[in-house]
Amino acid sequence: MKLVAVTSCPTGIAHTYMAAESIEQAAKDAGHSIAVETQGAAGAEPVPADVIAAADAVIFAADVEVRNRERFAGKPLVVAPVKRAINDGPGLVSEAVQAAEAGPAASSPATPAAAGTATAAPAAGPAGLTTKVEQDSGFGTRLRQWLMTGVSYMIPFVAAGGILIAISFIIGGPQVATKVFGGTFHGHTYPAAITGIESYTIAPVLHAAGIAGLLFLIGKVAFFMLVPVLAGFIAFAMADRMGLVPGFVGGLVATATGAGFLGGLIAGLLAGAVVLALKRPKVPRALAGIMPVVVIPLISTAVTGVTMAVVVGRPVAAATTAMTTWLHGLSGTNAALLGLLLGAMMAFDLGGPVNKVAYTFALASLASGDTKIMAAVMAAGMTPPIACALATVVRKNLFTPAERTAGEAAWLLGLSFITEGAIPFAAGDPLRVIPSMMAGSAATGALSMVFGATSLAPHGGIWVIGLIGKPGLWAAAIVAGTAVSAACLIALKSLRHTAPAGGTVSVPGATRVAVGA
Amino acid sequence: MPSPIITPDLVDLGLEAPDRQTAARQLAQRLAARGRVTDLDGFLADVTAREQQMPTGIEGGIGIPHARSAFVTEPSLAFARSTAGVDFGAADGPAHLIFLIAAPDGGGSAHMTILAALARRLVRASFREALATAPDEQAVVDVVTKEVLGS
Repeated sequence: MKLVAVTSCPTGIAHTYMAAESIEQAAKDAGHSIAVETQGAAGAEPVPADVIAAADAVIFAADVEVRNRERFAGKPLVVAPVKRAINDGPGLVSEAVQAAEAGPAASSPATPAAAGTATAAPAAGPAGLTTKVEQDSGFGTRLRQWLMTGVSYMIPFVAAGGILIAISFIIGGPQVATKVFGGTFHGHTYPAAITGIESYTIAPVLHAAGIAGLLFLIGKVAFFMLVPVLAGFIAFAMADRMGLVPGFVGGLVATATGAGFLGGLIAGLLAGAVVLALKRPKVPRALAGIMPVVVIPLISTAVTGVTMAVVVGRPVAAATTAMTTWLHGLSGTNAALLGLLLGAMMAFDLGGPVNKVAYTFALASLASGDTKIMAAVMAAGMTPPIACALATVVRKNLFTPAERTAGEAAWLLGLSFITEGAIPFAAGDPLRVIPSMMAGSAATGALSMVFGATSLAPHGGIWVIGLIGKPGLWAAAIVAGTAVSAACLIALKSLRHTAPAGGTVSVPGATRVAVGA
Repeated sequence: MPSPIITPDLVDLGLEAPDRQTAARQLAQRLAARGRVTDLDGFLADVTAREQQMPTGIEGGIGIPHARSAFVTEPSLAFARSTAGVDFGAADGPAHLIFLIAAPDGGGSAHMTILAALARRLVRASFREALATAPDEQAVVDVVTKEVLGS
C-alpha cells in the first residue's frame, strides 16, 4: 500500500523528525511504501503531487497546522498528535491502512479537486500561517491555545499603533488627539478635524495637528484592527483558513457595536465553532468543491455577523446606557468609592464598553468642572499595561515569548494612558489577567480620589504631568496600583504553572522599577 | 563544517535532579559554560515555554527538553543519564535518558538538518541502547557523532 504522511510540532526541531522516523520504520516493517513530509525547522521538502495522487491514505501527525493541507483533500486521512506517532508508529500505520480500505475509491488517481489544488499549492509558498494549537490537549488548554494564536497575531498591531500614538503625543503635544477628533483640552475647545478614522481625509488632519496628527490617526487605524485581527486568528486557530472570514467580519461587527476585545473573543470563538460545525457533515462530492470557497464562508459569516450585531451588540448598548445612568446617579457619593469603581471599570475590558462608560463619565465630569475624576480615571487606565510589562520583567518564565515582546511595548503604552496595551495579556488569559488589572486600577482610582489629584487633560498620561494637580501623589497612586496588579497577576499565574526553579526577583524590586520608570 | 553538536563536557552520566526544570537547568549550565548559550535564564524560559505547551517526555524513558532560542549560538546537544529518572510527563514513567536540544533562532537549514538527523535517531532502539550503556562521556560523543554525522 502507498502512504504519505506529514509531521509537524511547535518547535520543529525534535518531535517532527522523531515522528517521521517512527512512521517510516513502522510502514516499512509492515511492507508499505511511504513518503513523509517533515514540516520542521530544517525546511519542508514537499511530497511531490504525483506521489500524493498515488497514495492510498494520508497520515497527519501534527501538533500545529499542517501547511497546505488542501493538497491532500479527498484522501482517506488519519490525524494524530505527533507524540502518538512517536510512541505508536505501527498503530498509526495500521489505522491508515484501515482508512484506505474503508475509503471511497482511494486507489484511483486523485480526484480533480485534489489534483488542482496540488499544483496550485507551491504558489502559496511553504511558509503558511501557523497556530499554537495541539490536537490532544484538553478543552481548557485548547481554548487557551486558540486565544494565544489570536493574541500573537494581534501584538504587532498593539505595538505599532500604540507607539505611533505615543510618538504623536511626544512630538505634537498631548492635545493632538483633541485637535484631530475635537473636544476640550485644558480650556481650549477644538473643532473636530475629521469625524472618525473611517473618513480618511488627510488634509484637515494635517492642517489641525500637523504630522503628529497624521501619526496619531495612523496609530488609531492600527488600533481599529486589534479586535478584528484577534477574532480572525482565534477562528483561524480553531477552524483553519475558513475561520478567517467570519472571524474578521465578526470582529469588525464587535468593534462597530462597541463590544471591545471581549466582544472580539466571543466573535472569534463563535466564528471558529460555526465553521467547525459546517465542516462536519459529509456533503456530496459535487458540492464539496464549493463548500470551502462559497458555502462555508457565506453561512459562517452571516451567522457570526448577525449574532454579534443582535445577540451581543444590543445588550452591550443597553448595558452601556444603564451603567452611564447609574454612574451619574452616584455623583456626590463617597469619593474613594467612586474612584474604586471607576478604576475597576477602566480595567475590566481595557478599552471596551465598560471602560468607555467610565471614561465618558470622566469626560463629562471634566466638562462640568470636576477634574478629580479625570485624574483618577486616567491613572487607573495607565496601570494595566505598566503592571503587565512589570510582571513580564519580574517573572518572565510565566509569560510566552510573544507576551514578553508585548511587555516591552506596554511600558510606553501604559505611561501614555493607552490602556489597550494590556489587551494582549488579557485576551490570552482573561480569567487571571482581568481581575488582577481591576484590583490594581481600583486601588489607583481610589487613591487618586483620596489624594485629591486633579487633571485638566482628558488624555496623555505621563506627558500631561504638567496639567496634573498634586502630581507626586498621583504618580504614587499609579505606582501603588501597578504593584497591586503585577503582584496579583504573578500570584494567579504562579498558581497555574509549577513554579520555575530559581532566578526570579521579588515584588519589592518590582515597585522600585516602577518608581524609576 | 559546523562545530560538533556535542562534546564530552556536554555529557552528564550521573544526573540527579528532582524535576525537569532542574534537570534542564543543569544541562543548560553546561551549554552556557561552553558559550553555546549566552543567557542561561533566557534560554531556560524558552525551554520552559516549550515544555508547557506539551511535555516532551516520550515512552521508553526519554525526555527531550528543547527550544529554538535567540540565546543559542550554535546547534547543540547536552545529554544526561539519570538512574533515578526525571519526570518529563511521559505516560509510562520518568525519563532516564535526557536530551537537551538547543537550536539558534532562525538558524540556517544546514544546522537544522543535523538536529533533524539527531531527532530521527532518538526513536531507534539501537541508538538509545548504545547511549544507555556507553561507558564514558567520550563514548556518548562517539555514538552521537557516528550516528548523526556518519550517515
